[in-house]
Amino acid sequence: MARLMLRAAALTYLALILLLPLGMMVLRAFGSGPVQVWRALTSPDALHALWLTVLIALIVVPLNAAFGVLCALVLVRHEFGGKRALNALVGLPLSLSPVVVGLALLLAYGQDSWFGGWLAESGIRLIFSLPGMVLATLFVSLPFVVREVVPVLREVGREQEEAASTLGASPWRTLLSITLPSIGPGVAYGVVLTTARALGEFGAVSVVSGNVEGRTQTLTMYVADRFEQFDVTGAYAASLLLALLGVATLLMMNRISRRQGR
Amino acid sequence: MSITVDRVSKRFERFQALKEVSLEVPSGSLTALLGPSGSGKSTLLRVIAGLETPDEGEVSIGGERVTHLPPQKRGVGFVFQHYAPFKHMTVWENVAFGLKVRRLPKPEIHRRVRELLELVQLEGWAKHYPSQLSGGQRQRMALARTLAVEPSVLLLDEPFGALDAQVRSDLRRWLRRLHDEIGVTTVLVTHDQEEAMEVADRIAVMHQGRIEQTGMPSEVYDHPESEFVMAFLGRVNRLGGALIRPHDVSILSRPTPGTREAMIERVVHLGFEVRVEMLLGDGSPLCAQLSRDEAAFLDLRQGRIVYVDVGAGRTFEPSQLHRAAS
Repeated sequence: MARLMLRAAALTYLALILLLPLGMMVLRAFGSGPVQVWRALTSPDALHALWLTVLIALIVVPLNAAFGVLCALVLVRHEFGGKRALNALVGLPLSLSPVVVGLALLLAYGQDSWFGGWLAESGIRLIFSLPGMVLATLFVSLPFVVREVVPVLREVGREQEEAASTLGASPWRTLLSITLPSIGPGVAYGVVLTTARALGEFGAVSVVSGNVEGRTQTLTMYVADRFEQFDVTGAYAASLLLALLGVATLLMMNRISRRQGR
Repeated sequence: MSITVDRVSKRFERFQALKEVSLEVPSGSLTALLGPSGSGKSTLLRVIAGLETPDEGEVSIGGERVTHLPPQKRGVGFVFQHYAPFKHMTVWENVAFGLKVRRLPKPEIHRRVRELLELVQLEGWAKHYPSQLSGGQRQRMALARTLAVEPSVLLLDEPFGALDAQVRSDLRRWLRRLHDEIGVTTVLVTHDQEEAMEVADRIAVMHQGRIEQTGMPSEVYDHPESEFVMAFLGRVNRLGGALIRPHDVSILSRPTPGTREAMIERVVHLGFEVRVEMLLGDGSPLCAQLSRDEAAFLDLRQGRIVYVDVGAGRTFEPSQLHRAAS
């Protein structure tokens, strides 16, 4: 009896928080018929927003994967002063509101700033263009790979690397054939989380992008924009697309964790 | 090849792991570094391998100074306590790793790996992953992987530590045979004095970052130079300032000049041997070890009064006592 009640409580909670809103969204998107949905999704602005979202993810994910692994290696395998501070700093984007991140980037790289002004004189524009949006997305999705890889590196330990070195492997060879494969699942998991975050980021990117329709609008911003314009079908159709991307990353995540458990 | 360690010191933050340690390992020998945990034996092995850099002192292998060479340039083979198998590689790939690093031609790699898997009796396991092997098999795989690169010296860190008793003694004998076959200079770290006595032809007893004594097993056992060495290499009774081995205690059923009265507390049958735990008249415990036949002849039972001859025992100079305790 108690077990049944526990189960019912958990399921009701999930239904209210997750299933109901998502279900309503699907119903609403298709309320005006699949043709309308298709038309909304293939409009030039929507396609551009999708393309921009994917492009940003394609730039951000490899960069944060590479530097995330590097940071994790330094944090776990090196001893230096200020290591704790760095450890805390890496996690900061998780607890910082994205809007604050956006404003901070605006301050640092905007045209009124010292550095941004210097960049603008050299003909480089970071803010209100793609580089700024990439920067914002890099910032908010930085912690995921690091957070996933650090505990894996700790658990794997140094012994396999030491064994490789006594067998004649150079440090580079050891990194490529021992360290990276043994942290592979952790990296993959971190990459999935980074991808999800990069696709779904709204706050920081919208501050630095200027939100110019058809130019610096990502899918999340497109959804917000359509909604404000009372284009309900367009908003829900694009939301549905984002949700599908989310489900795809989730499925990837499940596959990876299943392989990990093998 | 011979190994020379010359006044090596190593400190980890607040812990002095090695204090001016010097050691000569003759070419072709099997030397055991024996000591309790924290005595510095593993650190010494890692310094020889190049996995740790000493703060002071020099290490030479085959007469060549290697103190500042990284492990991959020393030509040493190292077997880790937990074998450090490459978990994402099959047994075959594990053994082939060092050969691939050396860019040997493929047919040569195949031939060598096959030979080695045969040597360690893992022919049928080539395609398995380390997680599918038993502890003893993993151990043998690690040995094959290390031997594949034909190291000039073989370093083993507590190689049998994680195995159960039966596998342990099998592997010990197997390792000794292997050493006699290939004759590679071997250094083995262990905290088990029986293991050191059985496998090694030389023992270096370590204590608190120093080598207390080096010699052949019988030498170290029969002529310990310090109280620590004597106590660590086997059971001892302490009577006053003297140390007596249990098998040097004789039990008699009648008093004779020089014997002391004792009451039997417990008789423990250990197969061929019998351990007799007694209390002397002054209340101090005494332990004797004798053969089953002797025990049966004397009819030793709990509660019986017997007479023991403990001889002179061994006493050590205060300076040695001090050194052992410091």
